[in-house]
Amino acid sequence: MSAVLDHPAHAGGHAHDAHDHHHGPTGWRRWLFATNHKDIGTLYLLFSFTMLMVGGVLALLIRAELFQPGLQLVNPELFNQLTTMHGLIMVFGAIMPAFVGFANWMIPLQIGASDMAFARMNNFSFWLMIPAALLLVGSFFMPGGAPAAGWTLYAPLTLQMGPSMDAGIFAMHILGASSIMGSINIIVTILNMRAPGMTLMKMPMFAWTWLITAYLLIAVMPVLAGAITMTLTDRHFGTSFFNPAGGGDPVMYQHIFWFFGHPEVYIMILPAFGIISQIVPAFARKKLFGYASMVYATSSIAILSFIVWAHHMFTTGMPVTGQLFFMYATMLISVPTAVKIFNWIATMWRGSMTFETPMLFAVGFIFVFTIGGFTGLILAMAPIDIQLQDTYYVVAHFHYVLVAGSLFALFAGVYYWLPKWTGVMYSEVRGKIHFWLSLIFFNITFFPMHFLGLAGMPRRYADYPMQFADFNAIASIGSLGFGLAQVYFFVFVVLPCMRGKGAKAPAKPWDGAEGLEWEVPSPAPFHTFENPPKLDATATRVIG
Amino acid sequence: MKSIPRKLASVLWLAGAWVGGAAHAVGDLPGGPAVNQLNLHPPVTRIAEEQHFLHWMMLIICTVIFVAVFAVMFYSIWKHRRSQGAKSANFHESVTVEVVWTVIPFLIVIGMALPATKVLVAQKDTTNADLTIKTTGYQWKWGYDYLKGEGEGLSYISTIDSSHRAMSNTGNVANAPDDYLLRVDNPLVVPVGKKIRIITTANDVIHAFMVPAFGIKQDAIPGFVRDTWFRAEKVGDYYGQCAELCGKEHAYMPIHVKVLSATDYSQWVEAEMKKAAAKLDDPAKVWTLDDIMKRGEKVYAANCAACHQASGKGAGPIKPLDGSAIVKDADHAKQIQVLLQGAANGAMPAWKQLSDTDLAAVVSYTKNAWSNKTGQLVQPSEIVAQRAK
Repeated sequence: MSAVLDHPAHAGGHAHDAHDHHHGPTGWRRWLFATNHKDIGTLYLLFSFTMLMVGGVLALLIRAELFQPGLQLVNPELFNQLTTMHGLIMVFGAIMPAFVGFANWMIPLQIGASDMAFARMNNFSFWLMIPAALLLVGSFFMPGGAPAAGWTLYAPLTLQMGPSMDAGIFAMHILGASSIMGSINIIVTILNMRAPGMTLMKMPMFAWTWLITAYLLIAVMPVLAGAITMTLTDRHFGTSFFNPAGGGDPVMYQHIFWFFGHPEVYIMILPAFGIISQIVPAFARKKLFGYASMVYATSSIAILSFIVWAHHMFTTGMPVTGQLFFMYATMLISVPTAVKIFNWIATMWRGSMTFETPMLFAVGFIFVFTIGGFTGLILAMAPIDIQLQDTYYVVAHFHYVLVAGSLFALFAGVYYWLPKWTGVMYSEVRGKIHFWLSLIFFNITFFPMHFLGLAGMPRRYADYPMQFADFNAIASIGSLGFGLAQVYFFVFVVLPCMRGKGAKAPAKPWDGAEGLEWEVPSPAPFHTFENPPKLDATATRVIG
Repeated sequence: MKSIPRKLASVLWLAGAWVGGAAHAVGDLPGGPAVNQLNLHPPVTRIAEEQHFLHWMMLIICTVIFVAVFAVMFYSIWKHRRSQGAKSANFHESVTVEVVWTVIPFLIVIGMALPATKVLVAQKDTTNADLTIKTTGYQWKWGYDYLKGEGEGLSYISTIDSSHRAMSNTGNVANAPDDYLLRVDNPLVVPVGKKIRIITTANDVIHAFMVPAFGIKQDAIPGFVRDTWFRAEKVGDYYGQCAELCGKEHAYMPIHVKVLSATDYSQWVEAEMKKAAAKLDDPAKVWTLDDIMKRGEKVYAANCAACHQASGKGAGPIKPLDGSAIVKDADHAKQIQVLLQGAANGAMPAWKQLSDTDLAAVVSYTKNAWSNKTGQLVQPSEIVAQRAK
């Protein structure tokens, strides 16, 4: 990010420079002591991409082992460690921090605030992630290897794990604290620091979705902390919350975990909805069809997400009334989700569309995410779920919503705002190559997994019956392509922009885009909106 | 962990085999997965059939909606492009449209939920089972106990075929059979057409008992019992695997259910019962007083001494055995009757679950211990005879 990374004190040659009185630290101190939301956003984004690569390498090791039946590369112990750590690292290290990075960069710019509300806490919540990540990755080198109980950390299997389980729990505690601080920051920023005239219902959709997400985070991260703390005391202090040998209830762990876990999946998708809701109108050159209904749909999804958790537990043997309730509630979530899809399509309808890379990823997101949504509806039906629970069908489903959903939306957002961050245009040709490689290899990897799951191949299996061999081989080939496509993205798209190579970006590179972030120069100066801007009636333009 | 060169060699070998098409041709496994199977297993129970129907129903409805919605999107993408000269309209917010596209999905969802509710209720109804079997998940094998119905009392452990486990470790599956990783030493055997209730529990961590052809999957949770049921409609072999991560050998605890016709099943039960009986004491054996006293002392210590005391004197309301008239009676039937049926309204419980030999031993012991010294010897055959009355 040329201007942003290298010359903080002389951010470009733009109008704001005349008043630039920034004399912050330089060199490594600039990053370690960072209090600027843009710097911290950049740190978050680079951190999450690093973790995406680490988690991706673990995924490729899993796929390499599963390329053929029989154990060729890893033993079953290590295999379970790989699946567990792939899940934990991708969820807590890659996807969540990436959205926080976006929030840091974009929310102050979008609402006309000078920075995040609590700048030092912002710094702390980022730097907390580093020791947590080191603990997670370092757990591979502890005696007995990394935790191998699955990312869901079900008791009582967790009680059998080695010391790395404690490292993992500690890491999750730290990450949880970081998330809670980040959320408080985002809520306070949005509620208190909007520019005069920007009422809540004039706020950009990304800020809206993050506001709702932040409340979800504050509500559920302590629940996770409770669950893993009880696991910790069961392991070391003789309690029996989940240990059946002492009268504990392992199913209670699952209830508590999924009370966190289900809102958690919406935490990872709602900001993605926000990004898509900004990009589709920009490239259709037409207002978002139903702004208010999008806000209501997002809120309904958030509220419903608290009463559907046990659909992850249909096979634990709940009473029939419990299963019915959770089945109905889960199916109900498809209604607000459908409203969102219809809204995006109605926004495209009779627009004047162009398909630059952000729009390609947005359309790709809508298309592929919807497949994941439909398989979710199929899984929500308890009688079918009895067949599909804990099979590769579930693996296919959640990768369709987390990779084709969250990750594609993140890519869409990166391409959309990269000119604002770095001041240069990315290469459109390379962006399109990245999109098509990602889309095609994603489907090669994960589509065959639906068949494997229907045929009954359980997940988290290091070896499998011969009949599953071909689809596994196809998925493994696809995963290698998908992984390489992301390396291509970093080396050939992101790095050149960070080095300032490419056409200079105008303040507003997308003619249909709306919002205050496009009112400041590209790259965004180190300090923006130091004085509250005066906004027009729609709160999308600065008028002095 | 294996040595790096060995790993590389096996990978290269496999890659070569795969590319060259020289890999061992694998066939479908009836009752288990088929090669490149695209859908659920062919159903063998009513519930599995219903699940099939629901899945097809959902797949068709979802596909129709998907095609319809994305036809609109791609039409729009095709027609409303700037390069096609499209000018953007300026419509947005329409309460009518938004109410319509909220209500329609809501109605569709209700339409989907109704048939699912019916199946779900049927699926959870485990009452009136003909045969109840407890399956216990162990790291990493299954234990089967026939609790109620024909075969009651049978109990055995089912483990993966060790040659398959060893083959998995070599990484060379070129000669893997069609039931690779699915073959066990002792399959679960059930009769066709009977309602089988499966009670699940576990010994260590959570496992899950899954048989796709029957449409069942039930977690086996340590410290808790859960249940599910099936009524297999066709004889044959059906396969499943553990479906809940349970540690390193998770992939190596398959389930094999053998469904037999009623007569075959009865024969199987009879043969198993004989085998089980052969392992037990022979009730026809004639014991000497010394041997049976030794055995009886142990049985007494384990079962009787808690109340009647090691001294045989009893305590409080517990009657003494030392000097008891019933114990010393020359008619053995009196004491045996108390042991088989209990006495004093259950204050003395019935001990009929003990084996014939154990009962004979403990009766002989009490007749000769302490001050009793009657010299009477009770043989297991007397217990057998009394049980038959």
